[in-house]
Amino acid sequence: MDDLTQAVASVTNMPSSRHACAHCGLDVPQGLVVEDRAEQFCCNGCEGVWRVLRGAGLGGFYDVRDASDAAARRPTTSGREFDEFDDVLYQQTYVEALPGGLARTEYLLEGVHCAACVWLLERLPRVAPGVSSARVRFGAGTVRVTYRPDTITPSAIARALDVLGYRPHPARGAEARDARAQSDRSFLIRVAVAGACAGNIMLLSIALYAGAFSGIAPAWESVFRWLSMAMGIVSLAWPGRVFFRGAIGALRTRTAHLDLPIALALFAGGVWGSANVIRGAGEIYFDSLSVLVFLLLVGRWIQHRQQRSASDTIELLLSLVPSSATVVEDNGSKRAVPIDALELGCVVEVRAGETIPADGTIVKGSSSVDESTLSGESVPRRVAPGEGVAAGTTNLNTPIFVRVSAVGAGTRVGQLMARVAEAGTLRAPIVRVTDRIAGWFVLVVLLLATVTFAVWAPSGIPLALDHATALLIVACPCGLGLAVPMAMGVSVGRAARAGVLIKDASSLQALAGSGVMLVDKTGTLTEGRISLAAWHGDQRLRDELGAIERGSSHPIALALASDDTFVATDCVHTPGGGVQGTVNGRAIAAGSAAFLESIGVAIDPVWNERAAAAGLNRRTPILVARDGHVRALAELADTLRPDARDAIDAIRAAGWDARVLSGDMQGVVDAACDELGIPGMGGATPEDKARVASEQTNDGHAVVMVGDGVNDAAAMAAATVGIAVHGGAEASLEAADVYLTKPGLAPIVDVLHRAQSTMRTVRVCLIVSITYNAVAASLAVAGLMSALLAAVLMPVSSLAVVAIALRAGRGGHAS
Amino acid sequence: MSVILLMIPVALILGALGVGAFIWAAKRGQFDDLDTPAMRSVYDD
Repeated sequence: MDDLTQAVASVTNMPSSRHACAHCGLDVPQGLVVEDRAEQFCCNGCEGVWRVLRGAGLGGFYDVRDASDAAARRPTTSGREFDEFDDVLYQQTYVEALPGGLARTEYLLEGVHCAACVWLLERLPRVAPGVSSARVRFGAGTVRVTYRPDTITPSAIARALDVLGYRPHPARGAEARDARAQSDRSFLIRVAVAGACAGNIMLLSIALYAGAFSGIAPAWESVFRWLSMAMGIVSLAWPGRVFFRGAIGALRTRTAHLDLPIALALFAGGVWGSANVIRGAGEIYFDSLSVLVFLLLVGRWIQHRQQRSASDTIELLLSLVPSSATVVEDNGSKRAVPIDALELGCVVEVRAGETIPADGTIVKGSSSVDESTLSGESVPRRVAPGEGVAAGTTNLNTPIFVRVSAVGAGTRVGQLMARVAEAGTLRAPIVRVTDRIAGWFVLVVLLLATVTFAVWAPSGIPLALDHATALLIVACPCGLGLAVPMAMGVSVGRAARAGVLIKDASSLQALAGSGVMLVDKTGTLTEGRISLAAWHGDQRLRDELGAIERGSSHPIALALASDDTFVATDCVHTPGGGVQGTVNGRAIAAGSAAFLESIGVAIDPVWNERAAAAGLNRRTPILVARDGHVRALAELADTLRPDARDAIDAIRAAGWDARVLSGDMQGVVDAACDELGIPGMGGATPEDKARVASEQTNDGHAVVMVGDGVNDAAAMAAATVGIAVHGGAEASLEAADVYLTKPGLAPIVDVLHRAQSTMRTVRVCLIVSITYNAVAASLAVAGLMSALLAAVLMPVSSLAVVAIALRAGRGGHAS
Repeated sequence: MSVILLMIPVALILGALGVGAFIWAAKRGQFDDLDTPAMRSVYDD
């Protein structure tokens, strides 16, 4: 059994036996072992999947799984009906009609983790008649299903996928991903054409250079030169067009862009090279130019592809956000509809643990609502019929029925999303280090070219033009143009494997510097839910209380519940008060002072004082009594993550001025700040947060906003770089430039170190390539730069910087 | 040497065919996903 299996088994905390589950391979709990049966199962889910596979003759799954050596995983069958997939709106958005009466739709699946999953999913037609094909994209975890709409519905396909253990979600952003795939394809085609031209021109050039040393018939030389020119022009006009377009754009907006010096070199080389071919004398340059185009495109393509996969992954994460709501009709029947199809005035059911789909008023049911994502408030709010609830918040305890009063853009979340878009447009883009250099580059190169031409003009205009063009080409910043995107691309790719998704590589540049880091508290520095912060008094009582709290989904109960050391009986939960129960024949009660007094518990004044002190610390005090006397006090709070202290220290050591910016009450924020030793501001509305972020940006600081909630999204968009932590809300994902796929704050430190290491690599590349350019340019000014020397030097310098660039972003802590 | 007169066009045409095939494949999305096909081929039945 491998480590992971062991870890999973220990987390599930069940006594293990020697039986391995026939489906997932995990240990079967003793209580579930059925005597005299060949196959044992760890849960109903596994048994269900196993039966389906055997029934469909797909037992081969287990052979593939065993061969693929992947860690065991329990399936996540939910048993839902997935009605929302049949809604007209879903059909319009996600289903594409194909010729021949077929239709195609795409699902994002949870739990696709090995080759056996691919094998099984692509045999979906055998499990679900009516499906004609299923194609998995392993990296993204999506499956594209082609089916006959007259025989099977999207919800039936979803149920089939669910039964196999892969919980389906509508895959959002298909159009955006298709567009990105499309641009990826044309990029790849450009790289291929540039490569083919460069390779063939190099072949002809070898003949020409050999001819220059050992003699070549003038007729052949002329043929080769014309052929080089033909292919060179193809290379410049087709794949090379991107540089000219970039340069023209830069000229129009009067901004510096690295495409400018590159386009200059390509243009001068192309024009004078063609002139030389036509007049039959002088250098032709097309070999250097086509290799230049090819290498530059390769570098950009690597960055493009890595950024694209990060963007795709983030967009697909949005699919996991619940997209359906349960509407309750007047006659009491329920049906699932897409959130976008909700109408004002209808009643929706929100079960415990679900996200509330729209703003509205509770018509039935009392519960607690976690509003931390909207307000940053860490303590859940108790709600009763007649009170309002907001979209995007989570219902914690009991089902509630909500009459919808605002949907979509009209909700509080919708308004905040509008602010995110607004803040995003106001944000000044990060000036790339290469573009900052590019302006100077153009100036120096043009000046040098003029000087070279002036110096050589007395020896003849063609010779002077030759030398000036040679200078323009060797001075072309190919090291910069190749190494920097390559280093960034490699680093983004490495970060993605380490669990940090980076949408735009220029964020790395900002993160490598220093500035102000604004950190949200609830859900970012803290876990975002209540847990036991301190326990005073009888320790044994803690486990006894834990036994009573087990089995309740109230947040306080979840914080106090313990494992099965004791067995509680006669448990009574009084909403808004506390709990009572019997453990080992002794009466245990816990709750507020008022609740305990109401059931006749004597409270010693010392406990009241302690409870009051806990209240002053913004902690929730719970008094615990045994046999009618208070014996212990539990202090509950949303405590800091265990790694918060170390992470903040490391962030400050990396040169960032860390500050807490929270919507929670000032007292709670102060307590957290004291523990971390950093300043903080509490009671901030989402608008306040965005204002603080943009004020700091206007002061000239690089600002990083780290957060998880909708309330942080506008600030993330306004900041130089927005970082969304693991489990962040939908809006924060959309606003963030960087998304951490692993919980905790350590990945932030990791990404800072990674950014610093990347920029160190970039700086080394810059030094190497500028040194090369300086040496080559001085040779060219002196007229010593022959085309052959240039043709040799250029790839050598490119290879050198590429070798350096490939080291970029290695490990967060490597220096 | 005159064989070159034949060989150069032949080489160029072959090269163009290769590039053409690549463009055709890229346009059909053959290079969109480089992970899944590797898994697919191993376990074909």
